[in-house]
Amino acid sequence: MINQAYRLIAPKQIRADFVDLKIDDENLIVRPTYLSICAADQRYYTGSRGRVIMKQKLPMALIHESVGEVVYDPKGEYPVGTNVVMIPNTPMEHDDIIKENYLRSSKFRASGFDGFMQNVVSMRRDLIIPFQIEPRVAVLLELTSVVMNAVENFKKSANARKNVIGIWGNGNLGFISALVLKKTYPDTKIIVFGVEEHKMAYFSFVDETYLINNIPSDLRVDHAFECVGGRGSEAAINQIIDYIQPQGSITLMGVSETPVGINTRMVLEKGLTLLGNSRSNYDDFKKSVELMETYPDVCEYLSTIISEEVVVQSIKDMHKAFEDDLNNDFKTVMKWDI
Amino acid sequence: MIYAEILAGGKGTRMGNTEMPKQFLKLGHKPIFIHTVEQFILNKRVEKIIICCPEQWMAYTKDTLKKYHIVTDKVVVVAGGATRNDTIMNGIQYIENQIGLNDDDIIITHDAVRPFLTQRIIDDNIDGALKYGAVDTVVEAFDTIVHSQDGKVITDIPVRSEMYQGQTPQSFNIKLLKSLFLSLTDDEKNILTDACKALVIKGTPVHLVRGEVYNMKITTQHDLKVANGLVEGDK
Repeated sequence: MINQAYRLIAPKQIRADFVDLKIDDENLIVRPTYLSICAADQRYYTGSRGRVIMKQKLPMALIHESVGEVVYDPKGEYPVGTNVVMIPNTPMEHDDIIKENYLRSSKFRASGFDGFMQNVVSMRRDLIIPFQIEPRVAVLLELTSVVMNAVENFKKSANARKNVIGIWGNGNLGFISALVLKKTYPDTKIIVFGVEEHKMAYFSFVDETYLINNIPSDLRVDHAFECVGGRGSEAAINQIIDYIQPQGSITLMGVSETPVGINTRMVLEKGLTLLGNSRSNYDDFKKSVELMETYPDVCEYLSTIISEEVVVQSIKDMHKAFEDDLNNDFKTVMKWDI
Repeated sequence: MIYAEILAGGKGTRMGNTEMPKQFLKLGHKPIFIHTVEQFILNKRVEKIIICCPEQWMAYTKDTLKKYHIVTDKVVVVAGGATRNDTIMNGIQYIENQIGLNDDDIIITHDAVRPFLTQRIIDDNIDGALKYGAVDTVVEAFDTIVHSQDGKVITDIPVRSEMYQGQTPQSFNIKLLKSLFLSLTDDEKNILTDACKALVIKGTPVHLVRGEVYNMKITTQHDLKVANGLVEGDK
């Protein structure tokens, strides 16, 4: 069939391209129902990735966070209409030691190849997971799986004293990290450190919140999650180093376009562990689906950070979603009706 | 039930010296009509797809469907008629004989040679036909429309903002469409070759569904070249 891929061709320019989609005996065809915009998509959309990267990657369909409905399964395993989450990380090989989201050979939607802004998407059978929750909220599964990847890493690498965990960042990633950590460690005190009081008001399930310029001097955290990214990364990481207990771990999650200066003297003196995290794999998605299906309140909390839902029936609507997203406090989701 | 009727009745007379009807020519790696049928197969609301093609091309159509792995009860091939409306009625006749007609059954009629339609257009047609009984897919006219009765001088230039270009699908409540056809005289049938036009003239409102400029009809060799230029391989 002729599929439409809505590709970014230059900053703020989207074009419908036509792709001769092969329907084979193996892959499923999924029609996206909801897509949500990530900061990574915005960096492409606004052109802030820089000219060299933009030239290398575009034209490319954006969005790596999406759920959809199965519209065709050549093997009949999934009935038509089954809600599924689509996994953007696409492994090309298996490695016994290195997780597939870190394998350099893996491809990633809306980074190395077309993302989910398409009429329908041909998906590998091992890269979809059915779910039983509201699709509008389930679209946050990808971001939740990224947190899950980091939390699993944290479980394996951090020391056993987990009385207090600090989360730096009051955005989407900070919110979901706080939520997943609270469910994973219900007895641990979760403290959020941010800069926007009105956004921190959404974190009703955490134990304490502080503005970063108003932290009690004697406060200490056993471990920290950095969910800031961008130009704020440096200040956040160095503040964490100041407030963290010796031999604590710092889970790094925020993406920065530029190298970040870190107070390594204190990292050495305190014997800290810095944990790098990026993306997620099938198991992380599976655990995220289970989390949302097991705890209805997780879905309730997640639905509060959907700032806006834009019904997309045209390229103009896509632009509206991306433009609005720049001003929204939390997530912008697109109801895909194109 | 929701039916799709793919109108593949054309014999390619406008295509020049091609050997076969235009719907069988290749766009990318597949014949044009296969792309069109696949788009309807992927819509979960469409329950049956009836392909109407010239009688002498029925076996060829079935072979081609098989060749491209479209082997499903959801798709049937029926002989088309002498005119566009006859072809539509043949499809409806098939439904009546094989399945039976219900009051709320609708049919989405679509040109086989418009493979660029989208799921949104199909869904909007279904919603519109269920709600209003009859819908036509259109796009706003970009060029000024010039009306000339003799082909030599301008009779009129209609207001462009009120002008639209008709595409397909055209979708209808089947019983409404059938009763309209039965009410047409032979003379009217010869003139009213477009089902929507027939409905409008008989006083039945036909609502508009927004099409897409690229939902083009591949009618000439030029169109086919443009269409092939637009399509690229799967990445």
